[in-house]
Amino acid sequence: MKKFLFAFLIVAVAFSAFANGGKENAAPAAASEPVVFNYNNGTEPQSLDPAEIQGVPEHNVYMSLFEGLVTYNPETLAAEPGLAKSWEVSDDGLTWTFHLRKANWSDGTPITAQTVVDSWLRFLSPETAAVYAYLPGMIIDGAADYNAGKTGPESVAIKAVDDYTFQFKLNGPAPYALGMLSHYAFAVVPLHVIEKFGSKWTRPENIVTNGPYKLVEWQPHDKIVMEKNPSYWDAASVKLDKLVFYPIEDENTALNMYKQGDLDWIETVPDAQLDSMKLDPTYHVNAAFITYYYEFNTTKAPFDNADVRKALSMSINRQELVDKVTRGGQFPAFGLTPPLANYPAVVAFKEDAAKAKELLAKAGYPNGQGFPKTTILYNTSEGHKKIAEYVQQKWKEVLNIDVTIENQEWATYLDNRQHQNFDVARAGWQGDYVDPNTFLTDLLYSTAGNNDGRYSNPEYDKLLDKAATMPDGKARMDVLRQAEEIAIGQDMAVIPFYYYTRSNWIDTNKWGGWYTNILDVHPFKNIYKK
Amino acid sequence: MSKYILRRALGLIPTMFIIVTICFFFIRVAPGGPFSSEKKLPPQILQNIQKKYNMDKPLMIQYVKYLTDVARGDLGPSYKYKDYDVNFFIKESLPKSMLLGALALLLAVILGIGTGMISSLRQNSFWDYLSMSVAVIGISVPLFVIAPVFMYIFAMKLQWLPVAGWLDDGGVKMLILPVVSLSAPYFATVARLSRASFLESLRSDYIRTAKAKGLKTSVIMFKHVLKGASLPVVSYLGPAFSGIITGSIVIEQIFRIPGLGRHFVQSAFNRDYTMIMGTVIVYSLILVIMNFLVDVLYGYLDPRISYK
Repeated sequence: MKKFLFAFLIVAVAFSAFANGGKENAAPAAASEPVVFNYNNGTEPQSLDPAEIQGVPEHNVYMSLFEGLVTYNPETLAAEPGLAKSWEVSDDGLTWTFHLRKANWSDGTPITAQTVVDSWLRFLSPETAAVYAYLPGMIIDGAADYNAGKTGPESVAIKAVDDYTFQFKLNGPAPYALGMLSHYAFAVVPLHVIEKFGSKWTRPENIVTNGPYKLVEWQPHDKIVMEKNPSYWDAASVKLDKLVFYPIEDENTALNMYKQGDLDWIETVPDAQLDSMKLDPTYHVNAAFITYYYEFNTTKAPFDNADVRKALSMSINRQELVDKVTRGGQFPAFGLTPPLANYPAVVAFKEDAAKAKELLAKAGYPNGQGFPKTTILYNTSEGHKKIAEYVQQKWKEVLNIDVTIENQEWATYLDNRQHQNFDVARAGWQGDYVDPNTFLTDLLYSTAGNNDGRYSNPEYDKLLDKAATMPDGKARMDVLRQAEEIAIGQDMAVIPFYYYTRSNWIDTNKWGGWYTNILDVHPFKNIYKK
Repeated sequence: MSKYILRRALGLIPTMFIIVTICFFFIRVAPGGPFSSEKKLPPQILQNIQKKYNMDKPLMIQYVKYLTDVARGDLGPSYKYKDYDVNFFIKESLPKSMLLGALALLLAVILGIGTGMISSLRQNSFWDYLSMSVAVIGISVPLFVIAPVFMYIFAMKLQWLPVAGWLDDGGVKMLILPVVSLSAPYFATVARLSRASFLESLRSDYIRTAKAKGLKTSVIMFKHVLKGASLPVVSYLGPAFSGIITGSIVIEQIFRIPGLGRHFVQSAFNRDYTMIMGTVIVYSLILVIMNFLVDVLYGYLDPRISYK
């Protein structure tokens, strides 16, 4: 037995010595102590390669390390000059010409218009298999065909006019094209490094970047450490010396670290601590471009009947739901698209218990009698469960119908939703760009890939088709508004519950350059210590 | 003995083959796949991805390719974390989980056997009741309660120890809370097991003989009782060791430790097929090897057992 224990001891000591070997002690406080910003990125990014990523944690890393033709204004998120210092558009709005500044990668290699062309072509190549290839595919002439393997790269309408002039042609009018260009689907990447190191190019020892920061350390599932990139064109505006991203999934741990000063910014706290943390002076809350809703499987009875759908929706008390159940200051939703400056929220219906009963009776289920067995499907989460229980209770109380609720693990839930293997399913949607189109077309157009409830109304489709050809402006918004009135007010294709809010805890008396905004995008370039 | 070892080593091959085969096909029965996402991918994009990862080929061909890769020691790329492969993740995270697990188990064994010894010598005394009550708490209170409570007391309130992190964040003191929390349930089991077997041993004939010879209690306990009484503890430690050194997702998430435990759970949710396979292979290998070591140790501890 003693030998056995001794073996343990040797292993343990050997490992602790090994693990301690690389430890570096923090420098003692000096007059010019480096400014370090610690952020909980929530989870480990899937990749640092812009062609391999989706999701917010990945986007946070992308914004810090890379910069495309344009970048974000931290307050309004409007496109600001990035790699391109200026641009102009042809009279027909289709040909865009960008004038690039003389910028270098962090290893000193110059970035030219040809680098932009090659980066975009790499992103679109079928072999790269980038998930977001459909974004350039949507707007750049010839891009979708190349991505589908139907044509070669020469068919994509992008070109280097000279070393510092880049041009592309749209496949039709797209009022939101410029804003899209700050997305990583339009990233510029160091092809000379990618060619040399292949799939290992994003390792800290290999990667070169052109954004405000450079990568110095990456321990997967532990931390990503970045430092100010001195060769960045706007390095004078970058005030943080060091930026550390942690992938902490345990909300309680992150909150404790925040309270101890180990983290400077967190976005979630455990539900049990929400009420007290809402009183914290560093709490910020803002409207988000996200809607929480329930989807109906309109391919089966009784959910193919608009009266049933309306009855179920009108029987909910949304104010009560957000005040008592979700408690995050969410806004009750009576439409699908969250409010925008040029598109105030549509109020497509009113909550009305009496009317709901009447509609249910009209559909053939007076006082809930004979209503088919129904299940609410949601992905496993405490929050979704509480909402489902509230809805279940409300439907019993107002309509006298019994429904069961069922949680499934994420991938199983998605699979069932996407194969119409459900009655009513929980859903949420975040807009990809600031326009109602990203809700109305992506979710409810009859042939849309994400229309899991298979809602279909030719009148609605026709209005969306019409809006797609109109220039940006009030007339176009009116057509979209009309479409939303039909889908929700007339048809109740889905049950909207609320528009999300986003919570953040960051001490803005200490940190500047951080603003709340509707997409909850916060470029790290602009954050500075006050 | 060497023949026995050789036979056991050869037996490893069919065992691993069966585990790999069952796992390979079973995980593909689960709904969804590694590239499921809420925003449904356009069919063209999905096709490109499947081609890139050879998922457009018939399953049997994928299986044969996977087996050949594994035989060469290549566990394949991770479908979820695309910049690294499964070998990398295991190489990075297993040593951390091993260190944590080995220390926790060491602590559990030392404290557990010590407690068991005292309890058995002073049966039904105050110390016996106290230590066995602590053991019951250790067994019945789950890690996700113990760990945050320790964190709250020692890191938040008393501020003696850091909240969370690994060695490079603050050195050896980062290990204290996770090791102590992780050892709690193991300590409890070892304490109860060793108390019971010490008691049994103390009543046996050879101990009575030793007492009759006038040997000192300490000699009786450490030389005679310990050896005979450690058999049940050793057979528990084999699987416990495999379990503890492959990581605990609860401890890792709470104390922010980049260990292997998270991969067991997260890879299944992510449908990261290659990562699931990798963790299963590593765990099975360690388990089989530990069971083998326990068998060998048995022969040493109990002269009645021998291997030919």
